[in-house]
Amino acid sequence: MTLLSVQDLTVTLATNDGPARAVRDLSFTLEKGETLGIVGESGCGKSMAALALMGLLPSMSKTTGRINLDGKNLLEKTETEMCRIRGNRMAMIFQEPMTSLNPVHTIGHQIMEPLRLHKGLSDDDAHKETIRLLDRVGIPNPKARIDNYPHQLSGGQRQRVMIAIALSCKPHILIADEPTTALDVTIQDQILDLIQTLVREDGMALILISHDLGVISENTEKILVMYGGAAVETGRTDRIFEELVHPYTQGLFAAMPRLGRARSKRLVTIPGTVPDLISLPAGCTFTDRCPLATDICRETPPPVIEVKGQHFVACHHVEEARARKTEELFS
Amino acid sequence: MSVFIAKRVLTLIATLIGASMVIFLVMEILPGDPALVILGVDASESAVQTLTKELGLDRPPLERYISWITGLLQGELGNSYAYKVPVWELVQGALLITLPLAIMSIILSIVLALVIGLYAAANHNKAGDVTLMGISQLGISIPNFWLAILLIILFAIELRWLPAGGFPGWDEGILKCLTALLLPSLALATVVGAILARITRSSVLEVFREDYVRTARAKGLSQRATLWRHVLRNALIPVLTVTGIQFAALLTGTVVVENVFHIPGLGSLVLKAINNRDTIVVENVVLLLATMVITVNFLVDILYAVIDPRLKAHDI
Repeated sequence: MTLLSVQDLTVTLATNDGPARAVRDLSFTLEKGETLGIVGESGCGKSMAALALMGLLPSMSKTTGRINLDGKNLLEKTETEMCRIRGNRMAMIFQEPMTSLNPVHTIGHQIMEPLRLHKGLSDDDAHKETIRLLDRVGIPNPKARIDNYPHQLSGGQRQRVMIAIALSCKPHILIADEPTTALDVTIQDQILDLIQTLVREDGMALILISHDLGVISENTEKILVMYGGAAVETGRTDRIFEELVHPYTQGLFAAMPRLGRARSKRLVTIPGTVPDLISLPAGCTFTDRCPLATDICRETPPPVIEVKGQHFVACHHVEEARARKTEELFS
Repeated sequence: MSVFIAKRVLTLIATLIGASMVIFLVMEILPGDPALVILGVDASESAVQTLTKELGLDRPPLERYISWITGLLQGELGNSYAYKVPVWELVQGALLITLPLAIMSIILSIVLALVIGLYAAANHNKAGDVTLMGISQLGISIPNFWLAILLIILFAIELRWLPAGGFPGWDEGILKCLTALLLPSLALATVVGAILARITRSSVLEVFREDYVRTARAKGLSQRATLWRHVLRNALIPVLTVTGIQFAALLTGTVVVENVFHIPGLGSLVLKAINNRDTIVVENVVLLLATMVITVNFLVDILYAVIDPRLKAHDI
């Protein structure tokens, strides 16, 4: 059975200016041990989608659709049932390691918490397991470090502690929401390598969320490109990088700085800004910034078209997007 | 930790020395001659001079300041000019009323604040929250002496459950004394409790938005477990600050309520002493109050370090 299957997930947030559709009709599947990358700009709904999976959205929000974990819809579960799933079957790592740990508790205490809660470990066993976990995520001298407070650790070490917390109960799915964005570039690779290794060793499925196409391309088997709360391009990572189709994905790729590019060339940007989620067009969310947009884009949601095996694009003008070179679209 | 405490102790001593100087100076500047007040305006000049000499008030200020401080260090507070009894006797009696009153009030306030504040935060923007915050706004706005009168009318005159005022003295038994202090402490605790409840609520709500609360929820902790294990301790820091300030205010500011209930506390004592120009009593009582306020702040500082481990690291 498919481990996780998300169908038509829609998240509506209540804001002062009216309802904002942060996620619209998102669908994807995740098999055991599979890695999925969700990529998009800030504010495109990546984090909201992740929080919806965990059932941790702000209280003033509405979620519709289906989130099936082992065939059971999480949206129909009670809060008590969700508490048994969070941290146990599904765990999450966040973007800000500096503020994601409680400053008044030792890191040992914070890692032991889920072990005691879900596994019912005694203090003694939880302590031993925590030392093992700290060692596993690469914290040197774990026996002494277990009594440290978060402020005594560097950002990279704190993210390692967050990983230890997330992995403590051997979840089936690990959601990593921009796990390296707040870290130094040199540390970023170490943390991503660590996540990769641990995910592979434990046979976990991984959902890696990032705004960085490079990070996603190196670390995942499947990609989901999000814009304005909707998926615009999905498919196997290698297939997508063979041919970027959706104008937004092309723009995102063109905007990446690359070594070896002529200096005289300016870095490409996608004109315009991320759309306001409250006043999105009824049709394709990328309409206002898309060089190929026509009237139909604004009015009608784009059809999802399979361009090649396992490579789907949501666009009214797929053929034109494939025919035009990225350089022509964004220059 | 020890360095942290040592630093705080030094600050405490320095503050006390400063406070004693200010108190002494203010009493020097204060117009009015103690001897003249004691003897009355019709007293002869020679009588006033004799009494001034007798009281030691003819000596230069610096000498009197030094002898006051050396006396204090030896546990000798001197005699009241007006009543001719040791100052300590006057202070002791009043202190044994004001201190329990302040402690009772602050305990009552904290209990009120935690119950109301946590309930309101847990039911943010719901009917219970809005109602409680409306009531607490009322609690802050009501002058405590007026509330004291209302309490007397209700509990002492109408219901006849509690005494309307006065203080029986500790020899009469603890229960009787605490009963006598119940209405005054309720009058004081309403205002303080209302302030603390609002701070508790906003502080808890603020901490609930922190990233580490989301981490706790992502671990699978329930909303309630998160509140007790992760939110409360962090939210207590601002509540503790204001509790310290409010407790200090209770120690020094109960005079109005003491008067309504005819309780001979420190506030009443110092007021009488000022009217009598009984400077030695005023100086000692005010210094005592200053000591208590500084000690409370000192304890609050220590508690900060207990609650938040980051503080120790910063201070050492």
